[in-house]
Amino acid sequence: MYDPTVARLTYRALLGRRRALILGALPLLLIVISVIVRALVGADDQTASDLLGGLALATMVPIIGVIAGTGAIGPEIDDGSVVYLLSKPLKRPTIIFTKLIVAIAVTMVFSALPTLIAGFILNGNGQQIAVAYTVAALVSSIAYAALFLLLGTVSRHAVVFGLVYALVWEALFGSLVAGARTLSVQQWSLAVAHKVAGGDLVTSDVGLPTATVLLVVVTVLATWYAGQKLRSLTLAGEE
Amino acid sequence: MTTLQIDHVSRWFGNVVAVNDITMTIGPGVTGLLGPNGAGKSTLINMMGGFLAPSTGTVTLDGQQVWRNEAIYRHIGIVPEREAMYDFLTGREFVVANAELHGLGAKAAQQALATVEMEYAQDRKISTYSKGMRQRVKMASALVHDPSLLLLDEPFNGMDPRQRMQLMDLLRRMGDEGRTVLFSSHILEEVEQLAWHIEVVVAGRHAASGDFRKIRRLMTDRPHRYLVRSSDDRALAAALIADPSTSGIEVDLAEGALRIQAVDFGRFTALLPKVARDHGIRLLTVSPSDESLESVFSYLVAA
Ligand SMILES: Nc1ncnc2c1ncn2[C@@H]1O[C@H](COP(=O)(O)OP(=O)(O)O)[C@@H](O)[C@H]1O
Ligand SMILES: [Mg+2]
Repeated sequence: MYDPTVARLTYRALLGRRRALILGALPLLLIVISVIVRALVGADDQTASDLLGGLALATMVPIIGVIAGTGAIGPEIDDGSVVYLLSKPLKRPTIIFTKLIVAIAVTMVFSALPTLIAGFILNGNGQQIAVAYTVAALVSSIAYAALFLLLGTVSRHAVVFGLVYALVWEALFGSLVAGARTLSVQQWSLAVAHKVAGGDLVTSDVGLPTATVLLVVVTVLATWYAGQKLRSLTLAGEE
Repeated sequence: MTTLQIDHVSRWFGNVVAVNDITMTIGPGVTGLLGPNGAGKSTLINMMGGFLAPSTGTVTLDGQQVWRNEAIYRHIGIVPEREAMYDFLTGREFVVANAELHGLGAKAAQQALATVEMEYAQDRKISTYSKGMRQRVKMASALVHDPSLLLLDEPFNGMDPRQRMQLMDLLRRMGDEGRTVLFSSHILEEVEQLAWHIEVVVAGRHAASGDFRKIRRLMTDRPHRYLVRSSDDRALAAALIADPSTSGIEVDLAEGALRIQAVDFGRFTALLPKVARDHGIRLLTVSPSDESLESVFSYLVAA
């Protein structure tokens, strides 16, 4: 199911110079903002929760997820180099699963880790806030990576669609329309975070059982479907 | 695993018919797939390599379906037309990765690099390679697992003469070893120099098949039809029919033109202007009348 060579190629493509810069910029921004806020406001649980929820979980995690998820396969399909993977006796789902693992790992490192650091800077993990949002970031990394890997497999405009989903649906639409929140990776991961933090600083519109089921279903379905799509991926001429 | 069977294969994109009901068998040795740009060569090769589903028909390798059958790649090596590779790797890293994906190790990779004579640059990044070097590394990646079928799409594009010679030698060697080697090209000379057997594809259709002598003959000796308008069609007809290079002339009253069938292409094209000049006839139109094949063949011969 997991091919170390596919993983190595994917890591190197993802962490190539330009993409690594983009991946690193947002986490750095989060940490800088946290330092400034802490200096200005001091350690405040509500502020910490607002910043981690609004900036880290609602914005940074999905954007990192888009970059890592679509970037794990999209560019290869676009430029045709995926032919070197496809012309091998490798099961297509193995290729997808391996790329999923890489995308998850990269998303976690570049989003959950900075979230934890920012949380400690903001209020020293008071009321478990840093840990709770870190867990949410870890959980949502999995679902985002799977969703955006699928998007990268089926669309040439995956990054654009991914960003629209991440910013418009998750961040904007989700905060305006109640129904949209039930179908939001962010809310599902908040349900898990709520369980970790307890109290009412970290809350979700979705119950934990529903959230867990939806997270698992979305991740599994997206991965399965991407594998099917790759099986019948056609490489045509350059047009 | 050496006989590739293409059986009544068609492929269309929307309403563009890229490949139109082609049936051919490709066996051991070097086969050239010849046709002008847009003829459908890449589409055909993509279907042979299992990267594109035929709209109708089947492609099989020794009886096994190629499409959606990843196990078949144990026997197939592919050199794609497109440039993109993993440019951030060195040549050696790239070929080793390809070997690993076949379940092989660094030794197989090293051997393939030696075969294409790329050891001297194997530790440089692919992004620094010339077109010919890239082509050779692609070739090494296609050879790591010692495949019995090798598919190459326009492998000589952009190569200098020396690189071209080297690759031709290599492909010849592969053919001599009993492998099935199929390459595409839009240049007749290239195909003539290398291929034992030629398949000609024109506008999606299978136009001809045979060794290069047969193809040459087909292109130059087949009857050519021309539509000619002149200042005095009757006098021109009378003068032309006397020459053996002209096998038939028909006066088309509706068109106001002559339909001429010429058997000796070279001789006829020299004769026509000379006869016109000698008889003081002005030629108004001279056009090949079965356009697609005619123009394609003259294009291929001239290239
Ligand atoms: N993906 C595609 N979508 C639409 N048309 C295509 C596609 N690929 C090829 N074609 C068309 O099919 C025909 C054959 O193309 P191709 O196989 O690339 O020819 P060749 O390789 O001989 O130059 C051309 O008319 C081309 O425009
Ligand atoms: Mg082509």
